[in-house]
Amino acid sequence: MEELIVVGNGMAGVACVEQILKHAPKFHITIFGEETHVNYNRILLSSVLAGEKEADEIALNSLEWYQKHGITLRLGVRIVDVDPVLKTVTGDDGSVTSFDKLLLATGSTPFVPPIDGVEKEGVYTFRNLDDARALVEQAQPGRKAAVIGGGLLGLEAARGLQVRGCDVTVVHLLDTLMNMQLDATGGRYLEAKMQQLGVRVLLNRITTRVLGESRAEGLEFRGGERIEADLVVIAAGIRPNAHLGKKAGLKVNRGIVVNDYLETSHPDIFAVGECVEHRGVVYGLVAPLVEQGKVLAATITGNRGPQFQGAQPAAKLKIMGVDVFSAGQVMESDGVEVVRYEDPAMGIYQKLLCRENKLVGVVLVGDAGDSHRYVDWLRSGADLAGKRRHLLFPEPAADGGLDAAQMPDSDTVCGCMGVTKGAIISAIHEKGLNTLAQLKECTRASTGCGSCTNLCQQLLRAVAPDFEEDKKKVLCGCVPFTQENLREMVRTQRLRSVQEILEIYGNGAGCEICKPALSYMVDMVWCGDHEEDRSARFINDRVHANIQRDGTFSVVPRMRGGVTTPAELRRIADVAEKYHVRMVKVTGSQRIDLLGVKKSDLPKIWADLGMPSGQAYTKGVRMVKTCVGTEFCRFGTQDSIHAGVELERRLENLYTPHKVKMGAVGCPRNCAEATVKDIGLVGQEGSWQVVVGGAAGKHVRKADLLITVETTPEALEAAELFFQYYREHANYLERTYDFVERLGIEKVRKETVYAPEPVKQALRERLSKAKALSRDAWLEREEPVHPTQFVQIQPLEEVLV
Amino acid sequence: MSWVRITIPENIPLREGRAVRVGGEEIAVFNLGGRFLAVENRCPHKGGPLADGIVSGGTVVCPLHNWKICLENGAVTKPAGESCGVATYATRLEDGVIWIELRGEQEAAA
Ligand code: SRM
Ligand SMILES: Cc1cc2nc3c(=O)[nH]c(=O)nc-3n(C[C@H](O)[C@H](O)[C@H](O)COP(=O)(O)OP(=O)(O)OC[C@H]3O[C@@H](n4cnc5c(N)ncnc54)[C@H](O)[C@@H]3O)c2cc1C
Ligand code: SF4
Ligand code: FES
Repeated sequence: MEELIVVGNGMAGVACVEQILKHAPKFHITIFGEETHVNYNRILLSSVLAGEKEADEIALNSLEWYQKHGITLRLGVRIVDVDPVLKTVTGDDGSVTSFDKLLLATGSTPFVPPIDGVEKEGVYTFRNLDDARALVEQAQPGRKAAVIGGGLLGLEAARGLQVRGCDVTVVHLLDTLMNMQLDATGGRYLEAKMQQLGVRVLLNRITTRVLGESRAEGLEFRGGERIEADLVVIAAGIRPNAHLGKKAGLKVNRGIVVNDYLETSHPDIFAVGECVEHRGVVYGLVAPLVEQGKVLAATITGNRGPQFQGAQPAAKLKIMGVDVFSAGQVMESDGVEVVRYEDPAMGIYQKLLCRENKLVGVVLVGDAGDSHRYVDWLRSGADLAGKRRHLLFPEPAADGGLDAAQMPDSDTVCGCMGVTKGAIISAIHEKGLNTLAQLKECTRASTGCGSCTNLCQQLLRAVAPDFEEDKKKVLCGCVPFTQENLREMVRTQRLRSVQEILEIYGNGAGCEICKPALSYMVDMVWCGDHEEDRSARFINDRVHANIQRDGTFSVVPRMRGGVTTPAELRRIADVAEKYHVRMVKVTGSQRIDLLGVKKSDLPKIWADLGMPSGQAYTKGVRMVKTCVGTEFCRFGTQDSIHAGVELERRLENLYTPHKVKMGAVGCPRNCAEATVKDIGLVGQEGSWQVVVGGAAGKHVRKADLLITVETTPEALEAAELFFQYYREHANYLERTYDFVERLGIEKVRKETVYAPEPVKQALRERLSKAKALSRDAWLEREEPVHPTQFVQIQPLEEVLV
Repeated sequence: MSWVRITIPENIPLREGRAVRVGGEEIAVFNLGGRFLAVENRCPHKGGPLADGIVSGGTVVCPLHNWKICLENGAVTKPAGESCGVATYATRLEDGVIWIELRGEQEAAA
């Protein structure tokens, strides 16, 4: 076995090692990494900053992986010297290690322009996990942040900080954002998009000074202009880490110079990644670096043959809602024909550059959904003669969805890791893959920026024999995020309307699944203080009645605890006659249903009834069933009627992920079935048991005991804590029986009734805020949200039949 | 064929539908952002009122059992493979009023 030393435990180095392991074993491998983390996905640091991913979610290779492959991993050790003659490397811990072959994969470091005061506190760069963690900690709401550099990294950092509540300005040297990837028009569209998201953009500014004593307080630009900023992030470009190459006496220009086999000027020293220069180009994106790694793996294992011929890197901005994609040539030049599309209202700008009927460049801003098609054309040099009119507008894909089936096998699915559809399909067949996790592990597809996850899922679904949906289920195809993520995004990004979410994070259209779910979400997150959009609600929630099979509606007034009065019954009887209600029925929930009512009669019936809505049509608080309890029953030990009526009064008019049905019973005989309700109060001698997660519908489940308390106020409070906790944490359409089952009652207890007082207090406060803003939906009879909410439209002219 | 004045655009909220009875036809008119599309207000599945459905891009989802109907051509797009559909009506916006073109038979009957 030869000794192979790898300097740099980063994306390119480890990707190359992964490839080396595919060849016949030849080496014992030692990897030195200056950072103290296992190899992680650097690309996703932007997502960590934006709160879309946790720091521990982005690891690429686990410690077990290194062990399994017999790799010695030396974390926290920086290599400071290389002796090309003795063939040793020296670490900053004083260690000297000899090698037979050396692989330099040292990446690059952030370039810090000559600005006075960059050493001040509050000034950061953004390159590694520690930087990201520090920024997450610093990015407190209300802080004024400035990002120097309007390139990919700078914009992603800016959005991350802004999502965390900072007031962010991006300062860019030139007059075009992302000037490496965009033309002036594209830059303007992008700028508009960023401003629209609330990130301020200052162009043509040369930063000369960081203001402040020992801490940053602002920036000064050439010409004297100043802005305030107590958090400064420098994202002004990167410089290859090539000094070890110099020490080893290798040929170095901007980076360590390598040939098409990734060989340096020393026969036993190789280099890969951002630290190398190939045919005069230094790459700063993962896909070409992975390509390099494959070639180098062949060279270094004695299978010299494959060549790296250079690559056309494609850049994609990873800011949700700001689609920017660019590849190949960007600027017009002689002999280049341009196909362009602009839609200023929608913020869409697309430009294709063709030379001799071949695509040579593409710029997409605002809508980059088709980028994989263009990448394929660029790479394959497809003949586009006669196709000009269809270049930007291919046949519409069915249902606006993805078109995995129509993609040719040579199409790239994962642009970051350069994995084609064909490679994925054959991996699925050959390795019998069934989950996304297996696919990621095996092909590395979808381990980069993650934007191809949907496509990968589609391919798995279509081809894998026993496809298993990932555990984390996304809400739906229109907004492909988990509900947990969405709740967090709605909160941190202050999204208050369904349409806003759909436009920024989704397909703009939405459907019957996501619209009601998002409606609930904005309402819940903002405790009722959201922008209500009735078009996103199911019909029941537009007219506050339950639609029936014939298009009529049913009316169930609230009858708290199932208790009514003769006067109320008389009114109900009168109403039923006056409006020719088809049937009056006692429901399974101790109240009365008036069935078969015309939509236009609803407001009148509600007014005549003079009773509040029973919310029988919605995902909200239904009722509290009660038994007669101590008031009348000879066995009663608790006053279940009053407790039940009070519970209903406290929670009525609130909306929930799914309907919430409750019960209160005076003794364990349980006559109102409280132990099979979402929330139940079960009276005992001298105490109440509060039970949750019961069901007797599609499923039958005995409720779990949440807590036993002595007094009625305590019982009501426990019920409220659980109720609000369910509202905040359950997925839409998840009944308590599934929710409690999923989380486990222990966790639910710990986070509600046994939570620290401030946590309980916060739950109570959010509940009372929502309650204060809630109202009886039937009051819309007097103030409809829209003039034609209940009335049938009458045509302006009649046509005789 | 005859064009009939139906209602002012303000009567149909954005991304919602409203039913209107005219010339013996029950028609659902939808507002897709200043564009108004009209289809027969009867779901081909079991007659559900399409005007009460949720609009999803250029389609509407029936409130009874979630069939999806294209508002442009009346075709059922979900479940896949259904060949039935609903009638569509041409619309135009003129003098601040939504007009709908009724089919020939109606005019003949009138
Ligand atoms: C009216 C009523 C039946 C009756 O005549 O008694 C009824 C009627 C409907 N139930 Fe129910 N449920 C009624 C009591 C119940 C009960 C008993 C209870 O509440 O104590 C249950 C079992 C308890 C439970 O909820 O688990 C019950 C379990 C269901 C389920 C199954 C829920 C589950 O996850 O297990 C559904 C379907 C759903 O919600 O997804 C459902 C759905 C429905 C819907 C709303 C179907 C729909 O979406 O249109 C029915 C409306 C009919 C209509 O046209 O108005 N209904 N339904 C009862 C109204 C109670 C009320 O006053 O609000
Ligand atoms: C925030 C952010 C977002 C990005 N987004 C994208 C994107 O969307 N798409 C894309 O393709 N690319 C993106 N990139 C770039 C991509 O991450 C890099 O191109 C890639 O990580 C380079 O791989 P590398 O192995 O060459 O360098 P690195 O991943 O930086 O690895 C080099 C490692 O070597 C270590 N090291 C350096 N010197 C020594 C030494 N002397 N001794 C020991 N260890 C040493 C470093 O600490 C580092 O861990 C992004 C980068 C950042 C920072
Ligand atoms: S059990 Fe409920 S959902 Fe089923 S038919 Fe009866 S009322 Fe409708
Ligand atoms: S009636 Fe429309 S889906 Fe059944």
